[in-house]
Amino acid sequence: MENTDQINEKDKKTEASTHKIGIYLWIWGLLFVLSFFSYMVDWYQFQGMLRWSLILFFMFAKAGLIMAFFMHLFWERYALVNVLLWPMTAIACFIFLMAAEFQYTLFTRMFYFFVGGAA
Amino acid sequence: MSDPKIDGFELKPGFRGMASDTGSDQTMFKGVHWGKAMMWIFLLSDTFVFSCFLISYMKGRGSTPAEWPNPSEVFALDAFGVPVPLLLIALMTFVLITSSGTMALAVKYGYEKNRKMCGWLVLATAVGGLTFVGMQAYEWSKLIHEGVRPWENPFGAAQFGSFFFMITGFHGFHVSIGVIFLFIYAYKVFAGHYENGGKRGWFTTMKGDYVEIEILGLYWHFVDLVWVFIFAFFYLW
Repeated sequence: MENTDQINEKDKKTEASTHKIGIYLWIWGLLFVLSFFSYMVDWYQFQGMLRWSLILFFMFAKAGLIMAFFMHLFWERYALVNVLLWPMTAIACFIFLMAAEFQYTLFTRMFYFFVGGAA
Repeated sequence: MSDPKIDGFELKPGFRGMASDTGSDQTMFKGVHWGKAMMWIFLLSDTFVFSCFLISYMKGRGSTPAEWPNPSEVFALDAFGVPVPLLLIALMTFVLITSSGTMALAVKYGYEKNRKMCGWLVLATAVGGLTFVGMQAYEWSKLIHEGVRPWENPFGAAQFGSFFFMITGFHGFHVSIGVIFLFIYAYKVFAGHYENGGKRGWFTTMKGDYVEIEILGLYWHFVDLVWVFIFAFFYLW
Protein backbone atom coordinates (compact mmCIF):
# COMPACT_ATOMS: atom_id res chain seq x y z
CA MET A 1 0.00 0.00 0.00
CA GLU A 2 2.72 2.43 1.00
CA ASN A 3 4.68 1.44 -2.08
CA THR A 4 1.89 2.18 -4.57
CA ASP A 5 1.28 5.52 -2.89
CA GLN A 6 4.86 6.46 -3.50
CA ILE A 7 4.66 5.48 -7.16
CA ASN A 8 1.50 7.54 -7.64
CA GLU A 9 3.19 10.47 -5.97
CA LYS A 10 6.10 10.16 -8.36
CA ASP A 11 3.82 10.00 -11.42
CA LYS A 12 1.96 13.08 -10.28
CA LYS A 13 5.24 14.94 -9.89
CA THR A 14 6.39 14.32 -13.47
CA GLU A 15 2.95 15.25 -14.75
CA ALA A 16 2.92 18.49 -12.80
CA SER A 17 6.20 19.64 -14.32
CA THR A 18 5.04 19.78 -17.94
CA HIS A 19 2.26 21.81 -19.49
CA LYS A 20 0.18 21.24 -22.59
CA ILE A 21 1.95 22.15 -25.82
CA GLY A 22 -0.98 24.40 -26.78
CA ILE A 23 -0.14 27.03 -24.17
CA TYR A 24 3.42 27.40 -25.53
CA LEU A 25 2.22 27.64 -29.12
CA TRP A 26 -0.37 30.26 -28.15
CA ILE A 27 2.20 32.40 -26.35
CA TRP A 28 4.62 31.95 -29.24
CA GLY A 29 1.97 33.12 -31.73
CA LEU A 30 1.01 36.07 -29.51
CA LEU A 31 4.65 37.15 -29.29
CA PHE A 32 4.87 37.13 -33.09
CA VAL A 33 1.68 39.18 -33.42
CA LEU A 34 2.78 41.70 -30.76
CA SER A 35 6.22 42.06 -32.38
CA PHE A 36 4.55 42.60 -35.74
CA PHE A 37 2.35 45.33 -34.25
CA SER A 38 5.29 47.04 -32.56
CA TYR A 39 7.09 47.03 -35.92
CA MET A 40 3.95 48.55 -37.49
CA VAL A 41 4.25 51.46 -35.02
CA ASP A 42 7.44 52.40 -36.84
CA TRP A 43 6.14 51.46 -40.29
CA TYR A 44 3.22 53.89 -40.10
CA GLN A 45 5.44 56.49 -38.37
CA PHE A 46 3.09 57.24 -35.48
CA GLN A 47 4.51 60.16 -33.50
CA GLY A 48 4.27 61.69 -30.04
CA MET A 49 2.30 60.22 -27.15
CA LEU A 50 0.55 57.67 -29.39
CA ARG A 51 3.90 56.24 -30.51
CA TRP A 52 5.38 56.11 -27.00
CA SER A 53 2.32 54.59 -25.38
CA LEU A 54 2.00 51.93 -28.11
CA ILE A 55 5.71 51.04 -27.85
CA LEU A 56 5.45 50.71 -24.07
CA PHE A 57 2.22 48.70 -24.26
CA PHE A 58 3.62 46.14 -26.72
CA MET A 59 6.92 45.99 -24.82
CA PHE A 60 5.31 45.23 -21.47
CA ALA A 61 2.86 42.76 -23.03
CA LYS A 62 5.72 40.82 -24.65
CA ALA A 63 7.92 40.96 -21.54
CA GLY A 64 5.03 39.80 -19.38
CA LEU A 65 4.19 36.85 -21.63
CA ILE A 66 7.82 35.72 -21.82
CA MET A 67 8.31 35.92 -18.06
CA ALA A 68 4.97 34.43 -17.07
CA PHE A 69 4.86 31.46 -19.44
CA PHE A 70 8.22 30.85 -21.14
CA MET A 71 10.10 31.44 -17.88
CA HIS A 72 7.32 29.70 -15.90
CA LEU A 73 6.86 32.48 -13.33
CA PHE A 74 3.09 32.08 -13.60
CA TRP A 75 3.43 28.61 -12.11
CA GLU A 76 6.09 29.36 -9.51
CA ARG A 77 5.45 29.89 -5.82
CA TYR A 78 5.09 33.49 -4.64
CA ALA A 79 8.29 33.26 -2.57
CA LEU A 80 10.33 33.19 -5.80
CA VAL A 81 8.10 35.51 -7.85
CA ASN A 82 8.18 38.28 -5.25
CA VAL A 83 11.93 38.03 -4.70
CA LEU A 84 12.36 38.60 -8.43
CA LEU A 85 9.77 41.30 -9.06
CA TRP A 86 10.07 43.67 -6.06
CA PRO A 87 13.65 44.76 -6.88
CA MET A 88 12.22 46.17 -10.13
CA THR A 89 10.75 49.04 -8.08
CA ALA A 90 14.34 50.16 -7.40
CA ILE A 91 14.88 50.36 -11.16
CA ALA A 92 11.66 52.37 -11.54
CA CYS A 93 12.92 54.83 -8.88
CA PHE A 94 16.25 55.11 -10.70
CA ILE A 95 14.44 55.89 -13.96
CA PHE A 96 12.49 58.73 -12.31
CA LEU A 97 15.65 60.13 -10.68
CA MET A 98 17.57 60.12 -13.95
CA ALA A 99 14.61 61.55 -15.87
CA ALA A 100 14.65 64.53 -13.51
CA GLU A 101 18.42 64.71 -13.89
CA PHE A 102 18.46 64.77 -17.72
CA GLN A 103 15.89 67.55 -17.80
CA TYR A 104 18.07 69.61 -15.51
CA THR A 105 21.21 68.82 -17.56
CA LEU A 106 19.44 69.79 -20.76
CA PHE A 107 18.24 73.01 -19.16
CA THR A 108 21.73 74.02 -17.97
CA ARG A 109 23.26 73.12 -21.36
CA MET A 110 20.69 75.21 -23.20
CA PHE A 111 21.24 78.03 -20.74
CA TYR A 112 25.04 78.13 -21.07
CA PHE A 113 25.37 77.18 -24.75
CA PHE A 114 22.70 79.43 -26.19
CA VAL A 115 21.87 82.11 -23.63
CA GLY A 116 25.51 82.43 -22.57
CA GLY A 117 25.17 81.94 -18.83
CA ALA A 118 24.87 85.17 -16.91
CA ALA A 119 21.27 86.28 -16.81
CA MET B 1 7.88 23.35 -11.29
CA SER B 2 4.33 23.84 -10.03
CA ASP B 3 2.75 22.31 -6.94
CA PRO B 4 5.89 20.90 -5.31
CA LYS B 5 5.32 18.26 -2.66
CA ILE B 6 7.50 17.80 0.38
CA ASP B 7 7.00 14.91 2.77
CA GLY B 8 5.54 15.88 6.13
CA PHE B 9 5.20 19.51 5.14
CA GLU B 10 2.10 21.39 4.14
CA LEU B 11 2.70 24.02 1.47
CA LYS B 12 0.21 26.86 1.57
CA PRO B 13 -0.73 28.71 -1.62
CA GLY B 14 -0.46 32.42 -2.43
CA PHE B 15 0.89 35.16 -0.15
CA ARG B 16 0.27 33.06 2.96
CA GLY B 17 2.53 30.46 1.36
CA MET B 18 5.11 33.12 0.61
CA ALA B 19 5.17 34.15 4.26
CA SER B 20 5.56 30.60 5.53
CA ASP B 21 8.14 29.67 2.83
CA THR B 22 10.22 32.73 3.64
CA GLY B 23 10.06 32.05 7.36
CA SER B 24 10.66 28.32 7.14
CA ASP B 25 13.76 26.27 7.86
CA GLN B 26 16.51 25.41 5.38
CA THR B 27 14.90 26.10 2.01
CA MET B 28 13.07 29.25 1.07
CA PHE B 29 12.31 28.35 -2.56
CA LYS B 30 10.28 25.17 -2.07
CA GLY B 31 10.47 22.71 -4.93
CA VAL B 32 12.90 24.89 -6.90
CA HIS B 33 16.18 23.28 -7.92
CA TRP B 34 19.12 25.21 -6.40
CA GLY B 35 20.59 25.73 -9.86
CA LYS B 36 17.37 27.32 -11.01
CA ALA B 37 17.28 29.66 -8.01
CA MET B 38 20.90 30.65 -8.67
CA MET B 39 20.17 31.29 -12.35
CA TRP B 40 17.25 33.51 -11.37
CA ILE B 41 19.43 35.48 -8.97
CA PHE B 42 22.08 35.86 -11.67
CA LEU B 43 19.42 37.06 -14.10
CA LEU B 44 18.18 39.55 -11.51
CA SER B 45 21.68 41.05 -11.23
CA ASP B 46 21.97 41.05 -15.02
CA THR B 47 18.67 42.93 -15.17
CA PHE B 48 20.28 45.66 -13.11
CA VAL B 49 23.29 45.82 -15.44
CA PHE B 50 21.11 46.17 -18.53
CA SER B 51 18.85 48.66 -16.71
CA CYS B 52 21.88 50.82 -15.94
CA PHE B 53 22.84 50.79 -19.62
CA LEU B 54 19.36 51.69 -20.78
CA ILE B 55 18.94 54.37 -18.09
CA SER B 56 22.28 55.96 -19.00
CA TYR B 57 21.11 55.88 -22.63
CA MET B 58 17.91 57.66 -21.58
CA LYS B 59 19.94 60.26 -19.73
CA GLY B 60 22.38 60.72 -22.59
CA ARG B 61 19.70 61.03 -25.22
CA GLY B 62 17.53 63.29 -23.09
CA SER B 63 20.27 65.70 -22.06
CA THR B 64 21.88 66.42 -25.43
CA PRO B 65 20.81 69.59 -27.25
CA ALA B 66 21.97 68.02 -30.56
CA GLU B 67 19.52 66.24 -32.87
CA TRP B 68 19.31 62.49 -32.10
CA PRO B 69 19.76 60.28 -35.21
CA ASN B 70 16.44 58.91 -36.48
CA PRO B 71 16.71 55.15 -35.87
CA SER B 72 14.21 54.19 -38.56
CA GLU B 73 16.48 55.89 -41.14
CA VAL B 74 19.82 54.85 -39.66
CA PHE B 75 18.77 51.19 -39.47
CA ALA B 76 16.93 51.12 -42.81
CA LEU B 77 17.93 48.39 -45.24
CA ASP B 78 17.53 48.32 -49.01
CA ALA B 79 15.24 45.51 -50.16
CA PHE B 80 15.02 45.32 -53.97
CA GLY B 81 16.25 48.90 -54.23
CA VAL B 82 13.67 50.31 -51.80
CA PRO B 83 14.80 51.42 -48.31
CA VAL B 84 12.67 49.60 -45.72
CA PRO B 85 12.87 51.08 -42.20
CA LEU B 86 14.23 48.78 -39.48
CA LEU B 87 14.00 45.72 -41.75
CA LEU B 88 17.04 43.94 -40.35
CA ILE B 89 16.06 44.74 -36.75
CA ALA B 90 12.56 43.37 -37.33
CA LEU B 91 14.02 40.16 -38.79
CA MET B 92 16.40 39.86 -35.82
CA THR B 93 13.43 40.25 -33.45
CA PHE B 94 11.50 37.48 -35.21
CA VAL B 95 14.54 35.18 -35.27
CA LEU B 96 15.07 35.67 -31.53
CA ILE B 97 11.39 35.05 -30.72
CA THR B 98 11.43 31.91 -32.85
CA SER B 99 14.45 30.62 -30.95
CA SER B 100 12.76 31.49 -27.66
CA GLY B 101 9.75 29.41 -28.70
CA THR B 102 11.87 26.38 -29.66
CA MET B 103 13.66 26.69 -26.30
CA ALA B 104 10.37 26.69 -24.39
CA LEU B 105 9.33 23.53 -26.24
CA ALA B 106 12.76 21.96 -25.59
CA VAL B 107 12.22 22.45 -21.84
CA LYS B 108 8.78 20.84 -22.09
CA TYR B 109 10.05 17.81 -24.05
CA GLY B 110 13.03 17.54 -21.70
CA TYR B 111 10.74 17.12 -18.71
CA GLU B 112 8.77 14.55 -20.69
CA LYS B 113 12.08 12.66 -21.17
CA ASN B 114 11.72 12.93 -24.95
CA ARG B 115 15.46 12.94 -25.68
CA LYS B 116 15.33 13.31 -29.49
CA MET B 117 12.79 16.14 -29.59
CA CYS B 118 14.53 17.97 -26.76
CA GLY B 119 17.91 17.68 -28.48
CA TRP B 120 16.69 18.84 -31.87
CA LEU B 121 14.86 21.79 -30.34
CA VAL B 122 17.92 22.88 -28.33
CA LEU B 123 19.94 22.60 -31.55
CA ALA B 124 17.33 24.66 -33.44
CA THR B 125 17.56 27.29 -30.69
CA ALA B 126 21.34 27.37 -31.06
CA VAL B 127 21.05 27.83 -34.83
CA GLY B 128 18.52 30.66 -34.29
CA GLY B 129 20.91 32.36 -31.87
CA LEU B 130 23.77 31.97 -34.32
CA THR B 131 21.65 33.56 -37.07
CA PHE B 132 20.91 36.46 -34.73
CA VAL B 133 24.60 37.02 -33.95
CA GLY B 134 25.41 36.84 -37.67
CA MET B 135 22.80 39.48 -38.48
CA GLN B 136 24.11 41.66 -35.69
CA ALA B 137 27.66 41.36 -37.03
CA TYR B 138 26.34 42.46 -40.43
CA GLU B 139 24.53 45.41 -38.84
CA TRP B 140 27.66 46.49 -36.95
CA SER B 141 29.92 46.28 -40.00
CA LYS B 142 27.37 48.22 -42.08
CA LEU B 143 27.20 51.03 -39.52
CA ILE B 144 30.97 51.10 -39.01
CA HIS B 145 31.35 51.32 -42.79
CA GLU B 146 28.94 54.29 -42.80
CA GLY B 147 31.19 56.05 -40.31
CA VAL B 148 29.45 55.39 -36.98
CA ARG B 149 32.03 55.47 -34.17
CA PRO B 150 31.62 55.57 -30.37
CA TRP B 151 32.72 59.21 -30.47
CA GLU B 152 31.06 60.49 -33.68
CA ASN B 153 28.62 59.64 -36.45
CA PRO B 154 27.35 61.34 -39.58
CA PHE B 155 23.67 61.26 -38.51
CA GLY B 156 23.46 63.49 -35.43
CA ALA B 157 24.28 63.50 -31.71
CA ALA B 158 27.77 62.08 -31.09
CA GLN B 159 26.60 60.01 -28.10
CA PHE B 160 24.55 57.75 -30.37
CA GLY B 161 27.48 55.50 -31.33
CA SER B 162 28.75 54.83 -27.83
CA PHE B 163 25.30 53.84 -26.57
CA PHE B 164 24.64 51.74 -29.65
CA PHE B 165 27.86 49.75 -29.46
CA MET B 166 27.71 49.38 -25.68
CA ILE B 167 24.10 48.20 -25.42
CA THR B 168 23.83 45.99 -28.50
CA GLY B 169 27.38 44.75 -27.95
CA PHE B 170 26.69 43.62 -24.40
CA HIS B 171 23.46 41.97 -25.53
CA GLY B 172 25.22 40.31 -28.47
CA PHE B 173 27.88 39.02 -26.06
CA HIS B 174 25.11 37.42 -23.97
CA VAL B 175 23.64 35.82 -27.09
CA SER B 176 27.07 34.49 -28.13
CA ILE B 177 27.69 32.90 -24.72
CA GLY B 178 24.17 31.46 -24.87
CA VAL B 179 24.83 29.94 -28.32
CA ILE B 180 28.01 28.25 -27.08
CA PHE B 181 26.13 26.71 -24.14
CA LEU B 182 23.18 25.73 -26.36
CA PHE B 183 25.52 23.73 -28.60
CA ILE B 184 27.15 22.08 -25.58
CA TYR B 185 23.77 21.19 -24.06
CA ALA B 186 22.40 19.95 -27.40
CA TYR B 187 25.35 17.53 -27.40
CA LYS B 188 24.70 16.57 -23.78
CA VAL B 189 21.03 15.87 -24.47
CA PHE B 190 21.77 13.77 -27.57
CA ALA B 191 24.55 11.91 -25.76
CA GLY B 192 22.01 10.94 -23.08
CA HIS B 193 23.65 12.69 -20.13
CA TYR B 194 20.24 13.18 -18.55
CA GLU B 195 18.94 9.65 -19.16
CA ASN B 196 18.89 6.70 -16.74
CA GLY B 197 19.57 8.68 -13.60
CA GLY B 198 21.96 11.06 -15.34
CA LYS B 199 25.67 11.24 -16.07
CA ARG B 200 28.15 13.17 -13.96
CA GLY B 201 28.84 16.71 -15.26
CA TRP B 202 32.07 18.73 -15.19
CA PHE B 203 33.48 19.94 -11.88
CA THR B 204 30.76 18.18 -9.96
CA THR B 205 29.90 14.83 -8.51
CA MET B 206 26.20 15.47 -9.10
CA LYS B 207 24.25 13.64 -11.77
CA GLY B 208 22.74 15.46 -14.74
CA ASP B 209 19.01 16.09 -14.97
CA TYR B 210 16.66 17.68 -17.49
CA VAL B 211 16.21 20.56 -15.04
CA GLU B 212 19.50 21.83 -16.54
CA ILE B 213 17.64 22.42 -19.80
CA GLU B 214 15.13 24.56 -17.95
CA ILE B 215 17.98 26.55 -16.34
CA LEU B 216 19.56 27.06 -19.77
CA GLY B 217 16.11 28.04 -21.05
CA LEU B 218 15.76 30.70 -18.35
CA TYR B 219 19.00 32.29 -19.56
CA TRP B 220 17.92 32.14 -23.18
CA HIS B 221 14.47 33.63 -22.52
CA PHE B 222 16.18 36.39 -20.55
CA VAL B 223 18.30 37.24 -23.60
CA ASP B 224 15.07 37.49 -25.60
CA LEU B 225 13.49 39.58 -22.82
CA VAL B 226 16.35 42.08 -22.88
CA TRP B 227 16.02 42.35 -26.65
CA VAL B 228 12.34 43.30 -26.20
CA PHE B 229 13.45 46.31 -24.15
CA ILE B 230 16.34 47.24 -26.46
CA PHE B 231 14.04 47.00 -29.48
CA ALA B 232 11.48 49.27 -27.81
CA PHE B 233 13.82 51.89 -26.38
CA PHE B 234 16.73 51.98 -28.77
CA TYR B 235 15.22 51.16 -32.15
CA LEU B 236 11.60 52.29 -31.92
CA TRP B 237 11.62 55.24 -29.49
